[in-house]
Amino acid sequence: MTMPAPARPEEPYVSLDQQHHADKLGMFVFLATEIMLFGGVFAAIFYLRLTHSEAFVAASRALHVWIGAANTAVLLSSSFAVALAVAFAREGAARHARNCLLAAVALGLAFLGLKAWEYASEYGEGLLPLNPASDLSDLHQLFMNVYLIATGLHAIHVTIGIGLLGFLVMGLGRGHLSLPRRAIVIEIGGLYWHLVDAIWVLLYPVLYLAR
Amino acid sequence: MSEADARPRRPNPDDMDDRGLSETPIERVSYLRAGHTLRSWLLTTDHKRIALLYLISITFFFFVGGSAAALMRIDLLTPEGDVLSNEGYNRAFTLHGVIMVWFFLIPSIPATFGNFLLPLMIGARDLAFPRLNLLSWYIYMLGGLFTLLILITGGVDTGWTFYTPLSSMFANGKVVLAATAVFIVGFSSILTGLNFIVSVHKLRCPGMGWGRLPLFVWSMYATAIVLVLATPVLSTTLVLIAAERLFGLGVFDPELGGDPLLYQHLFWFYSHPAVYIMVLPALGVVSELVASAARKTVFGYRFVAGSSLAIAAIGFLVWGHHMFVAGQSMYASAVFSFLSLAVAVPSGIKVYNWTATLYKGQVSLDPQCLFAMGFIGLFVVGGMTGLILAMLAIDVHLHDTYFVVAHFHYIMVGGTVSAYFGALHYWWPKMIGRRFSLVWGRLSALLIFFGFTLTFLPQFLLGYLGMPRRYHVYDPDFQVLHVLSSAGAGILAVAYVLPFAYLFHSMRYGEPAGDNPWGDTGLEWTVPSPPPKHNFDSIPTVTGPPYDYASRGEP
Repeated sequence: MTMPAPARPEEPYVSLDQQHHADKLGMFVFLATEIMLFGGVFAAIFYLRLTHSEAFVAASRALHVWIGAANTAVLLSSSFAVALAVAFAREGAARHARNCLLAAVALGLAFLGLKAWEYASEYGEGLLPLNPASDLSDLHQLFMNVYLIATGLHAIHVTIGIGLLGFLVMGLGRGHLSLPRRAIVIEIGGLYWHLVDAIWVLLYPVLYLAR
Repeated sequence: MSEADARPRRPNPDDMDDRGLSETPIERVSYLRAGHTLRSWLLTTDHKRIALLYLISITFFFFVGGSAAALMRIDLLTPEGDVLSNEGYNRAFTLHGVIMVWFFLIPSIPATFGNFLLPLMIGARDLAFPRLNLLSWYIYMLGGLFTLLILITGGVDTGWTFYTPLSSMFANGKVVLAATAVFIVGFSSILTGLNFIVSVHKLRCPGMGWGRLPLFVWSMYATAIVLVLATPVLSTTLVLIAAERLFGLGVFDPELGGDPLLYQHLFWFYSHPAVYIMVLPALGVVSELVASAARKTVFGYRFVAGSSLAIAAIGFLVWGHHMFVAGQSMYASAVFSFLSLAVAVPSGIKVYNWTATLYKGQVSLDPQCLFAMGFIGLFVVGGMTGLILAMLAIDVHLHDTYFVVAHFHYIMVGGTVSAYFGALHYWWPKMIGRRFSLVWGRLSALLIFFGFTLTFLPQFLLGYLGMPRRYHVYDPDFQVLHVLSSAGAGILAVAYVLPFAYLFHSMRYGEPAGDNPWGDTGLEWTVPSPPPKHNFDSIPTVTGPPYDYASRGEP
C-alpha cells in the first residue's frame, strides 16, 4: 500500500494482478482478526445479558437511544460515501473519489463528535462509572462498564479509520494514486471502513435496543 | 559426508567467495552477504534475514525463560523451599510461563523456520508482505522489551493465566505491564499468520497445487489460521483486564455481578488453540524429517495434510476442558470432554502415518531423525495423558496437579522443542551453508530426550500422588521424585546449550553444505546454501508430487 504508484509489481510478485489479489486477501484476513476482537466483546455482552437480563434491559433504557440512532445513520451514510468513492476510483474520476472520501471523513468526525456529546451528557447524568459522584446500582454499573469498553474500543477503530481515509485523500490530492490503476488501494481502505461501520450496526441494537 | 570430506578444508569463510560455498555463479550473492552493515540487517525485508533476527531473539528469551525454570527446579530440591520466598516462587513460575509461551513457543517454529522456508518451499521470492514481516519482528521486540521491564521492576505473581479476580483485584505485581507485553506481542503473531495465509494462497509457483505443498507448509497454513482467529480474542481479554485494573471498569468483578468464569472462557478460547499454535508447526517439521529420514513419500499425504486442518478446527472447540472443576455447566463439560477426545483422531492419524512412512524405509540415524523419533515418542505420551485429563471424572483428581504440568510439558517441551531442535539441525546447512558435526548432533538429540524424560516423567507420578502445581513447599514424601526431576532439568540445561557450541563452530569451520546436503526433494534444496537474496533466479515450475524419492530410484 505504498503511495508511489509502481508500474511494475513489488518484490515477491510476478504481476500486478497477483499483487492486488494478495493485498485484498490480506485486508480480508485482517478484517477477520477485527471480527474476532469484537467477537470477544460481544461474547462478554451476551453472557452478562443472559445472566442479568432484567437489570441490563433497565440499564439499556437509560442510554440516549436517539443519539445512537443518529450515529447509526451518520456511519451508514459515510459507508455509502466510501462505496461511491470506490466506484468513482474504478472509473478513474479522482476528484469525485476524493470528494466522496472527504465526505466520509467528515461524517466519521461527526460520529465521534456525537459520541463525545453523548458521553458528556451521560457523565452529567451520573451514568458513567468514571464519575465519582455517580451512585449506580452494581448491575447498572456492570452494564455501563461493558458499554464504555465496547463503544470506546469502537471509537478507537473509527479514529483509525478516519486516519486511513485521510491518508487516501492526501494520496489522491497529491497525485500519488493514479486512477483507475490503483483503485485497489481505495477499495482496500474502504473495506476497513465498512467493517468499522458494520460493527457499530451490531453494537447499536445490542447495547441500546436491548428490550 | 563423503564427497564433502574430499573437499579441502577452508577454515575462514571470510576468505571465501560464494562460488566456494555453494558452487553457484558469483553474481548470486547469498542472503547472508547481501549487505554487511547493521542497517542492512535491521531494515531488511528479506524473509530469510528476518528469520535469523527472530532466531536470535527467541533464543535469548528461551534462555531467560529457562533460567526462571532452573531457579524453580533448584528451589524444589528441598520440601521447605528455602531458595525463593513464596512471592519469589510465584513470580518465577509466572515469568517462566509468560516468556516461554508468548516469547518462545508461539513464535518459535513459525517465525524462524516458517519465515525462512515457506517462500522457498512454495517457490516464491518472499512472503506476501515483506514489510509487515519486518514490522512483526519489531513488534515482537517491543513486547519483549516490556517483558524485560517487568523482570527488572519486580515481576508478576498471577501465573501466566492471569486469572481474575486475582489479577484484577488482588495481585500486586505488574499485571498491566504484563498484559501490555502480551497484547503487543499478539500483533506480531497476527501479522505473521496473515502473511503466511496470503502467501500460501497467492504466491505458489506454477504447478504447486494444494496437493503438492510440502506438509510443513500445510501445518504453517493451519497454524496461521489459528494465529489469526484466536489471538484477537486474547487481545480483547487483556483489554478487559487492563480496563478493570486501570479505570475500575470491571467486567469480571464478582462484586458488581460480573463473572470470573467469563474471564476463563475468553482466556481459554485463545489459550487452548494457542497450544495448537505451538504444536502444529512441530507436527509439520516432523513430517518433513520423517520423509527425509525414511527416503520415502509420506504415507497418506492427504490425511497428514488434512489432519493439520482438522486439529486447527477442532482445537477451537475444546477450551472448556480447562474449566471442568471451575463451576461450568455439567452438560457443557460433557460436550467439551467429547470434543477434546476427538482431537486424538487427527493426532493419531499423524503418528500412525509417520510410523507407516518409516516402515521399510532406509532410515538414517542423522541427528534430525533422532529428534523426530524422540518427538514421536514424547508426543504420544503427552497426547495420551491429555486424553486422561479430558475425562471428566479423572480430571477432578488430577486438576491443578503436577500431572497436568507434566502433560503439557510433554507436548510443548518434549514435542515442540524437540521438533524445533530437529528443524534447526535439518535446515541449518541450508540457512548457514555449512555442515555441522553429526556425532555431536546425535549426542545432543539423545541427551535432550533422556534429560527431558528424567525431568518430566517423575512429575506424572508426583501429580498422580497429589502434588499440586504452583506450590514450592511440599510434603517431604515427594522429595525423591522432585530431586529426580531437578536432576533431569540439569541434564536438559546442558543438552540445550550443547548445540550452540557445535553449531557456532560449524559457522566457521564446517564443510560447505552444497545445495542439497541430505539429498531431499523440496524446492528449498534446489537453491544454493545459503540461498541467494531473491531465492530463485526464475520462478520454478513444479511438475511432480512432493517427496518424490521414488522417481530418483530410492525406495
